[in-house]
Amino acid sequence: MEVRFTLNGREVSCSLVGSELLLDVLRGPLGHRGTKEGCGKGECGACTVQVDGHPFNACLLPAAEVEGRAVTTIEGLAPAPGELSPEQQAFVEAGGIQCGFCTPGMIMASKALLDADPDPADADIRHALVGNLCRCTGYAQIIESVRRAAALRGEGS
Amino acid sequence: MTYMGTSPTRPDAAAKATGRAEYISDAVRPGMLHGAIRFSEHAHARILRIDTSKAERIPGVRAVITAENTPEVRLGFLRDNLALKKGKVRQFRDEIAAVAAIDPDIAAEAAAAIEVEYEPLPAVFDPIEALAEGAPLVHDVDPRGRPVTSNLMPVHFRHFSGDVEKARAASAYVAEGEWSTPLIQQTCMGTAGCIAEFDPQMNLTVWAKTQIPFLAQRDFNGALAQMGLRNKNARVIVPALGGGFGTGLDTHCYEYISILLAWKTGKPVKVQYNRDQEFAYLSPRQSATVRMAQGCDRDGRLTFRHVHVVQDNGAYGSWGATYPSVMLLPATSLYRVPNIYFDCELVYTNNTYAQAMRGYGNPELTFALESNLDQLAEEAGIDAAQLRLINCNEPNEVTPMGLKVATCGLRECLEQTAERLDWDNKRGAPDGTARGVGMASLIHVGGSGRIYRSDASGVILRFDDWGNLYLSSGGVEMGQGLHSSLQIVAADAIGVAPDRVFINQTDTSTCPWDVGTHASRGAFTACNALLMGATKLRDKVFRAAVELYPQLVEEALRKQRKRDPDAPAPSFDWRSRIDADAFDLREGQVFLSNTDDPVLRVDLGKLIRAAHFRDGGGQMFTVEAFYDPPSELPDWEQGQGNMSACYTFGTQGVEVEVDTDTGDVRILKMAAVLDVGKVINPQILRGQTIGALAQGVGYALYEEVKTERGRILNPNFTDYKIPTAVEMDFPIELEFVETDEPTGPYGAKGIGEPGLVPTAPAIANAIADAVGVRIHDLPITPEKLLAALRAKNEEAT
Ligand code: FES
Ligand code: FES
Repeated sequence: MEVRFTLNGREVSCSLVGSELLLDVLRGPLGHRGTKEGCGKGECGACTVQVDGHPFNACLLPAAEVEGRAVTTIEGLAPAPGELSPEQQAFVEAGGIQCGFCTPGMIMASKALLDADPDPADADIRHALVGNLCRCTGYAQIIESVRRAAALRGEGS
Repeated sequence: MTYMGTSPTRPDAAAKATGRAEYISDAVRPGMLHGAIRFSEHAHARILRIDTSKAERIPGVRAVITAENTPEVRLGFLRDNLALKKGKVRQFRDEIAAVAAIDPDIAAEAAAAIEVEYEPLPAVFDPIEALAEGAPLVHDVDPRGRPVTSNLMPVHFRHFSGDVEKARAASAYVAEGEWSTPLIQQTCMGTAGCIAEFDPQMNLTVWAKTQIPFLAQRDFNGALAQMGLRNKNARVIVPALGGGFGTGLDTHCYEYISILLAWKTGKPVKVQYNRDQEFAYLSPRQSATVRMAQGCDRDGRLTFRHVHVVQDNGAYGSWGATYPSVMLLPATSLYRVPNIYFDCELVYTNNTYAQAMRGYGNPELTFALESNLDQLAEEAGIDAAQLRLINCNEPNEVTPMGLKVATCGLRECLEQTAERLDWDNKRGAPDGTARGVGMASLIHVGGSGRIYRSDASGVILRFDDWGNLYLSSGGVEMGQGLHSSLQIVAADAIGVAPDRVFINQTDTSTCPWDVGTHASRGAFTACNALLMGATKLRDKVFRAAVELYPQLVEEALRKQRKRDPDAPAPSFDWRSRIDADAFDLREGQVFLSNTDDPVLRVDLGKLIRAAHFRDGGGQMFTVEAFYDPPSELPDWEQGQGNMSACYTFGTQGVEVEVDTDTGDVRILKMAAVLDVGKVINPQILRGQTIGALAQGVGYALYEEVKTERGRILNPNFTDYKIPTAVEMDFPIELEFVETDEPTGPYGAKGIGEPGLVPTAPAIANAIADAVGVRIHDLPITPEKLLAALRAKNEEAT
């Protein structure tokens, strides 16, 4: 079976032999290893991607289900070579990155939140990120990164 | 100094933010096979028969190995572990066989198809029972084959000073009790894995998730020798680490298994754990039981401390079996105590074997010590903060263990914590609410911890022809920010912009020796080595400048005159000032230290190229430096020796509210005041400290690896809960006390671990203040708290 979808703005297709998950397809045949596997069962958020703008755990989503939909991964955010998206820039500036393993998922979850709510309260940020585990930061500078991202996006628009 | 104390963008941030950093889970080698391991299904059993024939017949399988068809590879500092087990298994996760196949699914299928026949043996899971007469022996012979008669491990850490019995009898007040801490998982978000690959000359390369690349090289070279590959070498390359937290302090069976599979197949072999496997098969932090008694006189001066520790080590020894070396720090040296008894027993059981985790024995001991101190304060009728201040460590003291404390900000840490918590108003307030405040302090190694002959770090510095600085360090960046510290200190000490400092990937073939990134030592030792190297490198540049600077300035002047014939001449006679000592280098420009005239500032790259292409023989600008801290390898039997160049102190305070109906604990606020010597990068320091504190909150309230007869019951994040952004939703007031440590690089102390050391006792003490019950075993779950509250109410009625 073949699945076709838009990956970071480009049409892609990939043949499936069975019930492959989106995460395996992204990291395997499509070579997008920026999306991380932290648990493989929907508990950590490291694999967060956007599907039609909504955040999904790619480790739970059968690849067949993204047929015809638009998938955005961490590789799809930077507007141009050498540039960062406001969310990426904010995490870099505000110290939201330590080991960085949770970072792609954190940034994708933050982007999905800000796409839906451009100016979230702290409590909303914390709730939006409750499914994204980080063992390094204690979250304080991640929350500040999301606030900073909201500000940068505001400036940009 | 321009960059010390600022937060330039960390060098690894953009790669991590764009998903381009390569972790071990992302790494691929051409022709790579995938390894899978078959683990034991018994905690203790004789292996009667292993049948690999079915596995071998599965298409895509390239090798199936067991102890029968591979050389014996021994590991662990006690040499009590085998990469592939022979004869018997001693824990559920024992490696019995392994497979290499063309993809991970086939490898897993084949590993499952291996048939193993066991004869179960009586097992022992409780360290006290394991010490009893007639208990089943986990190891019946030692690594040399001599019979063993007890499950007690052959490691000894003790300290006796003064006369504890006499002091106890003379004490006005005494408090004692027993505390226990659980097995917990480091839960790095990036799970463990490695790739092993032999080149055609049979030299080995291992991409390893390690914190000790050079000790790993030594271990892997040892394995090559055991495999009969004499005079061959292992090279260790460290990819981006998805967290370390102590998991990289030892080499692991899975690494040796991938080496054996690569050797068998002639292909690169990757072993990658997923989360379930990480929980089930990677060593956790040890559990410990600590009996503690302390006493004081009428004025609250501590008279004695009596400590006895029992640790369940599990089936094999890792470096984790040396936790007591760090327990000795708080036991002998947190607050001033004249008479001390410390002893410990480390016990083999058929539980999963434990390994290092951040704090390394210190959180276990400090939980008991600081909880017990609150009890003593109550006994003596002295305010708990006051009791700590009365016995506070001070600068320039030598502790009973022989720790030479030069700088110590503990008094300020205690006072600041009390102030930030509004201690005087809130502590013990009978306000009708279930709110309370508590505090606890810490001492930790701040100048590395000498547990090995060498405690050194090397550095190699090299300028290229464009004035870029390449820095090779054997230290490991695992998220803590080592590379940012190196960049900042290099920029200030050498005189180049931070973004011109390129830090080489940690690789034993290109980087100088480093004992490992542990004991909060990374930045302390590597930056000290860097400072030594910086002096040499600048000296080299300035010596070249004596010869080359005049011609470069003349050339610049000539060009200037050509552009603008009326340009004023330099304001002073620079030629007469030329001297190696008169030069300075800042932001990549070489100049005479007393001018800012642009024409007298020479671009470093230009000077280097002039030196490179000089007539009659060029030169390069490469230097090395090696720093071994001024500390002593302690005598562990006596618990004596100045194990670190300096010591980090700190206090944490917490305000909690307990829901007496549900037993839930809500943290309302935390204060953390840490004597860091000097701040290198405030943003990274804050991230490290709050990150550690969150781990402390998890340790205090949530985390426990649950086992039943040696089997792990909760190998996932649903049943093993670590704090999320919601649990961490409370204000944290951080304060850094700068005591300017003379042995520290620009005055800084090591700060990697301390943030989690006093968190659990601070929370336990706050709960006791809130509701009058004290929980002695972590984690403090709602069930335990409700049971204690009920017991208290029954007592009252
Ligand atoms: S890897 Fe998908 S949620 Fe953890
Ligand atoms: S930065 Fe390491 S897990 Fe979040």
